[in-house]
Amino acid sequence: MVQKTAAPVNPLDAELLSFAMAAESSQKQKSKGGGGGESAESGKGPQKLAKKGEELKEEMDALVDEIDEVLEENAEEFVKNYVQRGGE
Amino acid sequence: MAIPKVMGTEIEYGITVKNDRDFDPISSCVLLVNAYREEHAGKILWDYDQENPLADARGFQVDGEKYTPNQQENIARNKTLENGARYYVDHAHPEYSCPEVTNPHDLVVHEKAGERIVEFSRREANTLLPDGAQMLIYKNNSDRKGNSYGCHENYLMDRRTSFKQIAEHLMPFFVSRQVYSGAGKVGTENRAQPCDFQLSQRADFFETEIALDTMVKRPIINTRDEPHADREKYRRLHVIVGDANMSEYAIYLRNGVTAIVLSMIEDGTITRDLTLHDPVRAIKEVSHDSTCTAAIELQNGKRMTAVQMQRSFLEMAEDYSRTRETESWTRDILDKWAFVLDALERDPRELSGKIDWVIKKVMIEHFMDRKGIDWESPRVQMLDLQYHDLRPDKGLYYLLERQGKVERIVTDGEITKAITEPPEDTRAYFRGQCLKRYGAEVFGVNWDSISFGIGEDPIKRVLMAEPLKGSRAHVEELLEQSQTAADLVKNLRA
Repeated sequence: MVQKTAAPVNPLDAELLSFAMAAESSQKQKSKGGGGGESAESGKGPQKLAKKGEELKEEMDALVDEIDEVLEENAEEFVKNYVQRGGE
Repeated sequence: MAIPKVMGTEIEYGITVKNDRDFDPISSCVLLVNAYREEHAGKILWDYDQENPLADARGFQVDGEKYTPNQQENIARNKTLENGARYYVDHAHPEYSCPEVTNPHDLVVHEKAGERIVEFSRREANTLLPDGAQMLIYKNNSDRKGNSYGCHENYLMDRRTSFKQIAEHLMPFFVSRQVYSGAGKVGTENRAQPCDFQLSQRADFFETEIALDTMVKRPIINTRDEPHADREKYRRLHVIVGDANMSEYAIYLRNGVTAIVLSMIEDGTITRDLTLHDPVRAIKEVSHDSTCTAAIELQNGKRMTAVQMQRSFLEMAEDYSRTRETESWTRDILDKWAFVLDALERDPRELSGKIDWVIKKVMIEHFMDRKGIDWESPRVQMLDLQYHDLRPDKGLYYLLERQGKVERIVTDGEITKAITEPPEDTRAYFRGQCLKRYGAEVFGVNWDSISFGIGEDPIKRVLMAEPLKGSRAHVEELLEQSQTAADLVKNLRA
């Protein structure tokens, strides 16, 4: 069988932990906003709102850039080839 | 009095290998599952003797071949893990069935631990593939070409509650809960009416109301009657209508709300008649309407939106929790349920940090705006797929999570612990501990049994017909007093 060459797993392996920690540090940022529609800043005058809107747009633009960076390059080919057998 | 809602999920993952012309899903699944190696998992059988997927909850037995693989195939396809889970190859998909838990919080923890385990084995498996080839795994339910794979929820129920009663009340509940449990999908398939984006991955695939089958003519309510427990006392409700959620908030709500509604059915407190005129049609109408305002026809001729139907269940649940003793987590679930329904009524976009279909839709819309592309673009379809990618650096859900853009329910510490530790308050504890302590002598496992092969003695099977027995409180002393599997068997008999 194929399993011969696979090393035994130690699930507390460093790589896995780094995955966990990356997510943990993001949790701490949660209070900064994002989420949806629950910001504490709203209702403090039109200027602040406009500024907030701008910030939000910048943030979303940055997110789109980041997504763009990791998005599978050959999207058309990739989604065409993604065929599964029915399961369950 | 409703019985405790012991619960668990079975997730079938999508699998492909990039840059491999000869990609074969089954051998890839075997490679994947075997790449995750705990000490004794490589030789323990899954005990098919105890299984009966052809029993129908409506009280009959369906003709058909029961699947029983030979020993070698059995071991190659099945891994029972020290955390009490089963990780295996189901047809052409890797599947992770989490250990039994008693509450929606632990359910999130263990379902998420499953994602990490599958991702970990994916990375290990990749080291065995030819250069350039890369295995990829998706926690979703469709290839968008008419092929679906499932995410099944299981809930322990009282055998005394008739299946007819369960089905009657669940039908409108399942059709409408998609408004928060849907994982979102670009486009439609399986001959459904076209739309740009829909709430659910699965709605297009349901073709009948109630049936035993899960692969063809899929039913909204599945009648499989395989309790994996004392069948005189219990049912295991096998729910196949749900989506594989990435969002912790959605998983938490999906399982929490469903468990509350099932308790209410057992206690006979669903008093309103929400019977639908045509559930199979309604499930698609709800899914295809991302404004959540479509009015669905009831059997009595009235029309209600899915949110109103859910509100009706919520109101009954509030009455229920006021008049009965309920689980400690009930209040939090009811509050979040109410919050979500209020937001859906105002503007679903308010939930862009909470539930999958909205998180995904808002992300795609920003992307389309910025790039000047539309719903037909292959890149948009790619966004949909990659939202479910298990790679922490490429998966779009994980990217949003890392940026703090989605709300968490559990901590990474809890998830990491659940990779190796079973829940402490169900029989999963006993199963997991037996594997940790006596793994070399464990011969076979099923949800409700564990058998030992000790020396030349005949195989000894320990039955676990009570899902809440075998908890830490219950067996820790016994385990401490049993140095070996032989001691354990002896002490169990004493």
